[in-house]
Amino acid sequence: MGGSVLLIEDEPNIIEAIRFILSRDGWRVDTHSDGLTALDAVRARRPDLVVLDVMLPNRSGYDILHDLREDPEFKELPVLMLTARGQKKDRELAEKLGASSFMTKPFSNGEVLATVRALVGK
Amino acid sequence: MARPVLTGSRIRQYRIDKGLRQAELARECGISPSYLNLIEHNRRKIGGALLNNVAGALGVNTATLSEGAGAALTEALDAVAGGFAEPGADIERSEDFAGRFPGWARLVTQQHARVSELERLVETLNDRLTHDPFLSASLHNVLSTVTAIRSTSGILATGDEIEAAWQARFHRNIYEDSQRLAEATEALVGYLDVGGDTDRVLSLPLDELEAWLSDQDWRIDALETDNDTAASDIVAQAGSVFSSSAARALATAFLERYRADARALPVGPFEEAVLAGERDPMRLSARFSTDLPRAMRRLSTLPARFFKGGFPPGLVICDGSGTLAFRKPVRGFAPPRFGAACAVWPLFQALHRPLTPVRTDVALVGQDDVRFQTWSIATSDYVAGFERPPVVESTMLLMPVLASIDEEDAPYQVGTSCRVCAIRDCPARREPSILNVSEPAPKFG
Repeated sequence: MGGSVLLIEDEPNIIEAIRFILSRDGWRVDTHSDGLTALDAVRARRPDLVVLDVMLPNRSGYDILHDLREDPEFKELPVLMLTARGQKKDRELAEKLGASSFMTKPFSNGEVLATVRALVGK
Repeated sequence: MARPVLTGSRIRQYRIDKGLRQAELARECGISPSYLNLIEHNRRKIGGALLNNVAGALGVNTATLSEGAGAALTEALDAVAGGFAEPGADIERSEDFAGRFPGWARLVTQQHARVSELERLVETLNDRLTHDPFLSASLHNVLSTVTAIRSTSGILATGDEIEAAWQARFHRNIYEDSQRLAEATEALVGYLDVGGDTDRVLSLPLDELEAWLSDQDWRIDALETDNDTAASDIVAQAGSVFSSSAARALATAFLERYRADARALPVGPFEEAVLAGERDPMRLSARFSTDLPRAMRRLSTLPARFFKGGFPPGLVICDGSGTLAFRKPVRGFAPPRFGAACAVWPLFQALHRPLTPVRTDVALVGQDDVRFQTWSIATSDYVAGFERPPVVESTMLLMPVLASIDEEDAPYQVGTSCRVCAIRDCPARREPSILNVSEPAPKFG
């Protein structure tokens, strides 16, 4: 283990819980809560994987994902999208924009761990 | 056979139904068979004594030949059938049905109106679930909180060793989140409860306003005599007529505009000018130093006695998207209540040429004797300043023409909406008509 995860999410208690379970599993977890500067955070941290919430303050997760995929450097970066609406439309949009995986709130800790492990191939 | 839309075709159908030959009917009415043939094929117009004679010989009402049996009711029935892809009804016999069973026919149209209302309600509720920002924010809030609780409690429930400090922190988070969840759900339930009781949108605000105006004869006496009566008082007096705050707001806005109109063209001098024979909205607007739409709206509030034949003018207003925003019907012309209107109305020609007055005579197809003089103009208002888009509005005034227009000078034809329109080869047709439009195109002159 020992990969790094950047968690982009604005709900403090969700951040705390996810950070705890991923850290306990051996991941280094950084967090970021503002949509507008999320892209800079990815560039600065260069994580092995991004967990990206759709509803962020100032900028939507979809826009951030779009910009990430435009950048050749982050074309292959595993991105796990989190959304509070499990509608087919949202999932399709996430897939079209190049999300590596998609998870609907409320998810279980086990799901998060399994998905993160699968995405980084560890 | 299609329901004939022209008088001549109706005469032909009734004659054939009675098993009369052209020569027999012609002799009985004192005309030549060839002339009757021209009439039956709508190549000569028929009216007055001759139409009475023909009606007498065929044993039907004169009006049945000139207007059809209950033209309005028949048209309403056609509109009902038009709402279905496969109507399963004998559309060509709707006139027959309306004539024989007027009560049942009215019931059918009333049921259709009710069904349309309920469809709108379902649409509104559906829109609300999808687009209501409060609902969507509340649900997001609930889901986020539930996610945090699930995740945090999941950590605590695994039974793994967790530091005491972390444990305390997670307990506190769960407690906080559960309180947030309680508040969010309470607010949600409260919102849905209130939403269910007040402002039930059973009919559209515009329908309510128009129904109320129709009861007032489209004239607000309170604003004619005392221009300072508060619009909100008038709306309050109408009571339960307006079932939602949206309808009350629409009525208040309408009344404020009415007040401004009545100020610019005060009742005394305005009625005097019209009684003296001035009915041209352009000249009226010049005389009162005001704009054309205002003069048109003002003309539409005058009672029947001001107009030849006792038919006051109709008025239709649409916004920049072509959506009808006001509909005052006039004899022989009922704008559609649901769905889009006829694209060739002068109203829309004006819409595409803002600030250019459009003066046109039109004939409403299907009612070959109903003709209108129309005046239209579109205006744009930059109410929100330069940097915002203009608010465009097109206004059309219609006056029925009773005396027959010079045959050579035939007005161009319009419908009410495509589904119930019999114009053949209309370049602006949007969807097929349910009427059989294969009979020869109507010819004038």
